[in-house]
Amino acid sequence: MTIADVFAKARAENRGLLVGCMPAGFPTVDDSITSMVAMAESGCDVIEVELPYSDPVMDGPVIQRASDIALAGGVRTRDTLRIIEAVAGTGATVVLMTYWNPIEKYGVDAFARDLAAAGATGMITPDLIPDEAAEWIAAADRHRLDRTFLVSPSSTDARIAMTVGQCRGFVYATALMGVTGARTSVSSQASELVARVRAADPELPVGVGLGVGTGAQAAQVAAFADGVIVGSALIRCVLDAPDRATGLRRLGALSTELADGVRAAAPAGTETPPRR
Amino acid sequence: MSDLPDLAGHFGRYGGRFVPEALVKALDELDEAYRSAKQDADFQRRLHDLMTGYAGTPSLLYRAERLSERLGAEILLKREDLNHTGAHKVRNVLGQALLAQRMGKHRVIAETGAGQHGVASATAAALLDLECVVYMGETDTQRQALNVARMRMLGATVVPVATGSRTLKDALNEALRDWVSSVGTTHYLLGTAAGPHPFPEIVRDFVGGIGAEARAQCLDRLGRLPDAVAACVGGGSNAIGIFHAFVGDESVRLYGFEAGGEGVQTGRHAASITGGSAGVLHGARTYVLQDDDGQTVASHSISAGLDYPGVGPEHAWLHDSGRAVYEPVTDADAMAAFQLLCRTEGIIPAIESAHALAGAARIAPMLRAELGRPPVIVVNLSGRGDKDVHTAGAYFGILDEREQLAAGEQT
Repeated sequence: MTIADVFAKARAENRGLLVGCMPAGFPTVDDSITSMVAMAESGCDVIEVELPYSDPVMDGPVIQRASDIALAGGVRTRDTLRIIEAVAGTGATVVLMTYWNPIEKYGVDAFARDLAAAGATGMITPDLIPDEAAEWIAAADRHRLDRTFLVSPSSTDARIAMTVGQCRGFVYATALMGVTGARTSVSSQASELVARVRAADPELPVGVGLGVGTGAQAAQVAAFADGVIVGSALIRCVLDAPDRATGLRRLGALSTELADGVRAAAPAGTETPPRR
Repeated sequence: MSDLPDLAGHFGRYGGRFVPEALVKALDELDEAYRSAKQDADFQRRLHDLMTGYAGTPSLLYRAERLSERLGAEILLKREDLNHTGAHKVRNVLGQALLAQRMGKHRVIAETGAGQHGVASATAAALLDLECVVYMGETDTQRQALNVARMRMLGATVVPVATGSRTLKDALNEALRDWVSSVGTTHYLLGTAAGPHPFPEIVRDFVGGIGAEARAQCLDRLGRLPDAVAACVGGGSNAIGIFHAFVGDESVRLYGFEAGGEGVQTGRHAASITGGSAGVLHGARTYVLQDDDGQTVASHSISAGLDYPGVGPEHAWLHDSGRAVYEPVTDADAMAAFQLLCRTEGIIPAIESAHALAGAARIAPMLRAELGRPPVIVVNLSGRGDKDVHTAGAYFGILDEREQLAAGEQT
């Protein structure tokens, strides 16, 4: 299924869409595949595979640690493609999140070709803004991949309009000014940002990430956004577990909790009204 | 050449902005503040007053008589080591701290490797009453403990960074993460002519006085331009600072000397241009030490200030265009030059600057043969060696066991 299809399906079911993130190769290539498949089976609509990178400046301590473990284990870019292929092969919808240098090193067009062949629907680029993305935009068109750029509470309206204009599939709205990592409460900046994105483009689905880690928070975000993106909280299930089986069990349980969250009615009187 | 970068910060294919969207607004604001400050006579006067009355510039251009004799060249040392805080860095931090004030930001953050930029930032913050947080790799806080103490004395908070390789690159990552979270109230006082636009341009311009002064001092002293200008290159701020005024002078050869560590062929070095390849790191496209997958590779140098796996984008462009020549200098060659300057001129240089001296010693015979006379070479003595006394003492084995212990406690 394309990203547009899964968003349309979630919309038809009058619920939010759940995106779950896991670094490729964490803690090993095979284990990361098992984790991702478990997440998909437990309710994640989209699996966001993060390509581990040595200098992840948008990521907080949890994803840094998981990426370090994956890299120390020797995971390569081609392993990430293999992981995507395996997970997409189970029928899951897979999108890649990656910092830019590994893609530039691989060759932008060659990577887009191989990413499409592996079955991913597109790519989220946390440190590539549309201003620098001419090569990727062309490659994405050529290989029919979706492009997800980020918008932030600090983005001007003009930049939001420009950025959503270059997105295809969905746009990633960062809920707060900060790096990835679960927070105790959902930032109030998130709903305002989503409203500004909607003003620029009423049709493009909006996924909200940064700081979401519980079912209740997922419900809160699903009340005003199309998609809820969760990374650190899921990764921590594996990172903090005493053994692999426990980690997988916790990962499945949290995925289920989050999936219930995006299906729950929004708490009354919070945030902006849902758009439908 | 002098109209680079373009409005989006590109030097040819290098530079630009490879940053999270969250930082774009702050970078735009910084760009705007800088452009208006450039036209603002009051700002320029304030900066000038601080540079002359506080930082001690213009720095001397010193003819190193005995060193010249030894090298068979006329060596002119640009004495940035005599500036307040002991390096060229003070030029950049005073400029940026004034900009921070102008933007109404009361907190500055900085990354530091050897600690020189951290000390300079803490100094400027103390002077202008700004809160200052310095990120420093845990490994570097241990090998440069004296500078950690300096920063704390000046009122700064030093945060040891224990992620990744625990050195300068990780300190930079952590500073960027702080900035993503605090950008509304905080200015990132970037320490070198690297990072996303407009930093490479702003830093170059603030340190550009080095070259402008050296050029005028040469004309005044010799009635002519030098044959070559030599500088060490880590991130590359002192080098771009001295090169910039000479870029349009075709007769002046520009030489950047990178940290060759144990030799580029060993893989243990910090020579991004001569031993790396084009890539994206810390917000800009430039030369990077990276593996086949584009993962950053750890750098190595005896000099903490050059121990960085990237380089400012303008150097990448100057290299590709052929206007400047970049060569590696090994730890061993740098330390030999360090000792030579100590013994011939009574000047203890920063180990960073010793790379430029070693490079000058290497090019001198070649230029002499080509020109048929002793060449005039301006060497940027970018910093003083006080911070390196422990490293150098251990390297040369001039301390006995008890003295080493004492030096270790002290540094």
